Amino acid sequence: MKANIVIIGAGISGVSIAYNLAKKGVKDIVVFDDNYLSGGATGRCGAGIRQQWGTKNNCILAKKSVEFFETAQVELDYPRDIEFKQEGYLVVATTKEEDIQFAKNVKLQNSLGIPAKVLTPKEAQKIVPHLNLDIVTSATFCPTDGHLNPFTVTDAYYLAAKRLGVKFFYQEKVLDIIVKDNNITKVITEKYEVITNKVVNAAGGYAKEVGDMAGIDIPVYSENHEILVTEPIEKIQGPMVISFSLNIYCQQVPHGSFIMGRSDPSMPKGHNIDASWHFLDEMAKTVCSILPPIGDLRVIRQWGGLYNLSPDRQPIISDVKELPGFYLACGFSGHGFMFAPMTGILLSEIILGEETTVDVTELHIDRFKNSDFKDYEKSVV
Amino acid sequence: MSKKDIIICRCEDVTLEDLQNLIEEGYTSFEEIKRILRVGMGPCQGNTCGQLVQRELAKFTNTPISEIETHKVRPLITGVKLKSIVEALKNES
Repeated sequence: MKANIVIIGAGISGVSIAYNLAKKGVKDIVVFDDNYLSGGATGRCGAGIRQQWGTKNNCILAKKSVEFFETAQVELDYPRDIEFKQEGYLVVATTKEEDIQFAKNVKLQNSLGIPAKVLTPKEAQKIVPHLNLDIVTSATFCPTDGHLNPFTVTDAYYLAAKRLGVKFFYQEKVLDIIVKDNNITKVITEKYEVITNKVVNAAGGYAKEVGDMAGIDIPVYSENHEILVTEPIEKIQGPMVISFSLNIYCQQVPHGSFIMGRSDPSMPKGHNIDASWHFLDEMAKTVCSILPPIGDLRVIRQWGGLYNLSPDRQPIISDVKELPGFYLACGFSGHGFMFAPMTGILLSEIILGEETTVDVTELHIDRFKNSDFKDYEKSVV
Repeated sequence: MSKKDIIICRCEDVTLEDLQNLIEEGYTSFEEIKRILRVGMGPCQGNTCGQLVQRELAKFTNTPISEIETHKVRPLITGVKLKSIVEALKNES
């Protein structure tokens, strides 16, 4: 087999990159994934889209991605529902430090055109009536944040890319990338040998391992983040409620169920995605304290998925100076789903040598050379 | 009986027609179908629809049902209230 470009990973980043390249007329794009459709991190994520970030780059990527999501159902011409809803994210502060930091964040967000605002606890309670005000000191709210169904959005990109001629191979693991004289020559999978000189690494939790295949050391690691879902009920909560200090995000999806997650600071690095008792206990305690009535809902399922973390918690969307033809879309640090529209647009521009929609200098892998990583995104659960 | 009236998944109200249409579109594994139709994601955890979906896949792909992959079983085995978990923790300590 011959390919113009091989994309490794058919999660939301991979399908978005494939779609954007194909839309620009690129032929012979081949996508490999070692799992089924959205079987990796995309299908395991919290399904939220948020623009309230603490770093400029994350704000810009999120805002432009939301602009795409607003038109995605039509642009991708999808027959099923992507379940897009814009009822905001309520970011809850519980300490003085957070009050100060969040007010700063809102200033940055407003300067970039993101319509977030600072709320008093009382104002926050008007938006989420069951919020426990005893522990809330202030909040911020952005009405255009929201939700999409990760399965159907990935399916929508996948079908649109397929219609444009992209070839997809699922359950087909990439084993090696062959490099000769500093050029990519081949991609070896379980069944195929693909002659190509361009490879995109969109392998999510396995991005480091794919980098190693090409001899490129990517400073990312993976970590299990757990999540649970309750039985569905009638609608009682519009926005996602999120708190970094309490370590929780919790939303009611259009289907009616509540999805919630938190991170575990003691989680070892690696590819384990098991569901744990410890998570269930801590999650139950946290949600019952901040959103007490949710305690009456039954947990139906819990699972884990991989964050692929970069040193500054911002994605790596770039080419690689040391290996022409190798491109990176990784290190999303738990937010690859919500940035995916921009990931696809920017990588298609980088690959085709076009001027990029936004400045990508600070998304380049080279930013980590000689950096002490003091500036990093703190608005992460 | 019309395929529109035959319920495959009672938790998520999925009909035989929904299922067969999706299989014909090319989604031929339980895991893919689960992600689009939500079969197996409801309170019964696939106990009702699991074998029915397997049977349809076996028919369509002309494969013995024993070779059709089953869905991933996740905790919890049965629904438990979040506040019951919190109360149980209090009693433990």
